[in-house]
Amino acid sequence: MFYRKLMALSLAAVATTSMAAGRDTISVVGSSTVYPFSTVVAERFGKATDFATPKIESTGTGGGMKLFCAGVGVDTPDMSNASRRIKASELKMCKENGVDEVVEVLVGYDGIVFSNAIEAPNISISLQDIFLALAKEIPNPDGSETLIENPYMKWNEINPSLPDMNISVYGPPPTSGTRDAFAELGLEGGCKAYGWIKDLKKKDKNRYKSICHSVREDGAYIETGENDNLIVQKLTTNPKAFGIFGFSFLDQNSDTLQGSKVNGAYPTFEDIADGTYPISRPLYFYVKKAHVGKVPGIMEYLEEFTSEDAIGDEGYTTDKGLIPLSSDKLEEMRKSVMSLQSVSL
Amino acid sequence: MTKAVNESLPTSAVTEKIKLSLTKRHRSEMMFKSTGLAAVVLGFILVFVLLFDITSKALPAFHQHWVQLEVDFSEDNLRYSEGISLEDLRYRSTLRKAIANQFPDVKSRRDKRKLYGLYSTNAEFAIKDFLIANPNTLDTIQNIWVRVDDDVDIYLKETTSLGEPLVRVDVKEAQWIKSLVETGRIDKRFNIEFFTSSDSREPELAGVRGALTGTMLTMLVTLALSFPLGVAAALYLEEFAPKNKWTDMIEVNINNLAAVPSIIFGLLGLAVIINIFGLPRSAPLVGGIVLTLMTLPTIIIASRASIKAVPPSIREAATGLGASKIQTTFSHVLPMAMPGILTGTIIGMAQALGETAPLLMIGMVAFIVDVPASITDASTVMPVQIFLWADSPERGFLAKTSAAILVLLGFLFLMNASAAYLRRRFESK
Repeated sequence: MFYRKLMALSLAAVATTSMAAGRDTISVVGSSTVYPFSTVVAERFGKATDFATPKIESTGTGGGMKLFCAGVGVDTPDMSNASRRIKASELKMCKENGVDEVVEVLVGYDGIVFSNAIEAPNISISLQDIFLALAKEIPNPDGSETLIENPYMKWNEINPSLPDMNISVYGPPPTSGTRDAFAELGLEGGCKAYGWIKDLKKKDKNRYKSICHSVREDGAYIETGENDNLIVQKLTTNPKAFGIFGFSFLDQNSDTLQGSKVNGAYPTFEDIADGTYPISRPLYFYVKKAHVGKVPGIMEYLEEFTSEDAIGDEGYTTDKGLIPLSSDKLEEMRKSVMSLQSVSL
Repeated sequence: MTKAVNESLPTSAVTEKIKLSLTKRHRSEMMFKSTGLAAVVLGFILVFVLLFDITSKALPAFHQHWVQLEVDFSEDNLRYSEGISLEDLRYRSTLRKAIANQFPDVKSRRDKRKLYGLYSTNAEFAIKDFLIANPNTLDTIQNIWVRVDDDVDIYLKETTSLGEPLVRVDVKEAQWIKSLVETGRIDKRFNIEFFTSSDSREPELAGVRGALTGTMLTMLVTLALSFPLGVAAALYLEEFAPKNKWTDMIEVNINNLAAVPSIIFGLLGLAVIINIFGLPRSAPLVGGIVLTLMTLPTIIIASRASIKAVPPSIREAATGLGASKIQTTFSHVLPMAMPGILTGTIIGMAQALGETAPLLMIGMVAFIVDVPASITDASTVMPVQIFLWADSPERGFLAKTSAAILVLLGFLFLMNASAAYLRRRFESK
């Protein structure tokens, strides 16, 4: 009878379950920003070699580090992608769990763009303007060292050279790595321009952070979830709005979107690479040294990832929007990675 | 007015009252009927709009443009000499030579790079696979069809005037594409690879096979665990368990369990199944167990309702003829309750089919290229694949996302159809 068969089948399924003792697939976790690049490398690696294609999970930088540092052994990941450098606290957590040696790989840079639809006016904006437009509280315009609720509703109230449009910016939510980087490089960059706030950094770090990183909540800044494609779609239908997202999305949608000039530089490949464009961040991944030789293919994967073909000036990850390292830096980085030097902060 | 009526016909006041309210009652009945009809029609329109939207967006994904390349497999080009394996030859430079031969006028480094970009990055592996499959073609010139890049594919599908720049294709590239089309080297084919290949970061190569296999394995595990467990639990609670405050409490708890957000089950899966029992991450086995926890309450509740609905006379008749309790249950009650149980199962399974949240915690939201061969291999499922593609910057994935939704809907339809078939068989018995 039908249900008897099913019952037998389910018993058989439970009985034949054997635990996988070894693992022959490299397991990678971590940042969703590095994910598009490491997947390309992984796919090519799987095709060009006899090793299995690495498995790559997009868990976010912090979540990835937690899994990565949970211990040594085949049930923990071999590598973790990160859209920022590993924190001292994370390294400590790793050491406590027996992950003594961690190899750092710097793969390249990512720019965060301030963008709007191509039929809307192209603007040139400074980090200070961005801070004044999006911060929750801003320094009192009368020059005293006090803060007021952000009063600006239009761009040209901040800076007369900006257009007469309502401030309306689509951007990532606080859980996103892009938001962290934007707060750190974009907002804080403009915030630091005020001397007295800058002095706070040494005296009262928490207060400094809360002034510089808090984003207004009165509707001018619209959180749009982790999906950058959604922001792209919103911008094309609403030419009066701006959006904040990763450079690769601007690169892929250059027919409908334009990047704004920030501090005098357009978000172009060259200007992000040499640091002229102010909002860019390094991308890393970390490798567990103890797993080299235990899980097959790790050295070969590292070799592929650090090759000129992959992340060099004309490498295939640059087609996906990764901003490459300079060739000297790449050479240096490759040497230290291939000799498996462990990171120390 | 009512007063006047009351005066003229004092005896039949009640009848009159009814007569007066009759129009009102008819009207409210009409209102109710038309509201119900409007709700049904609205529902149909919404479903239709949804399907139409998805289908129209998905259509481009089912075709793919190919380009013909004249590849010179000379030993010189490939740097072949006796004893070298065909795996290790210089395929990339051979491919680049073949592409450059198609456009002898392109000289500058920058332009050449653009030109190579018109061909799928997979072309290198395509010519490699061709040579390995046909080793006797070494030292000959072969015409090989390879895929075009996803940007070119979109251009060819969307352009109205060939040779004009559009989307991510600029004037130069558009002219090159035009010359390829005019010499008949471009061909549009049905994209069978969408069903036979797995995930890829290149939209022109990406397919659903890996995710579909993962979904089937996960659903199989879920069904194999939740159906027998759910039915057994329901039978015990309805037929055998004494009615006391313990069984009451169990009932309340099962009902509550059905309302728990699914991500909680994912956390449980991570903490217990992976961390304590040490089952592998990202495996359909773990996914199936987590989804079982989620579907189990649905199946138990539906099964209990359907077992309760079997008339007591059936049980009494069986007992009267000398059947034992267990004989009565398995040969009379269960077959009669089966149609309802199957309905509950299919609702639970359909819910599980669309879940991504709990799978996030157990590592099934991942980039996995190899097709899973068993329930302990790493794999993803269809809804996860849809989510990952929808999140990708490449425009080619837009159509793929919709196409994957259609495949998922198709799978759901098949699942429902088989349940309907089984239900009919049980009902006719």
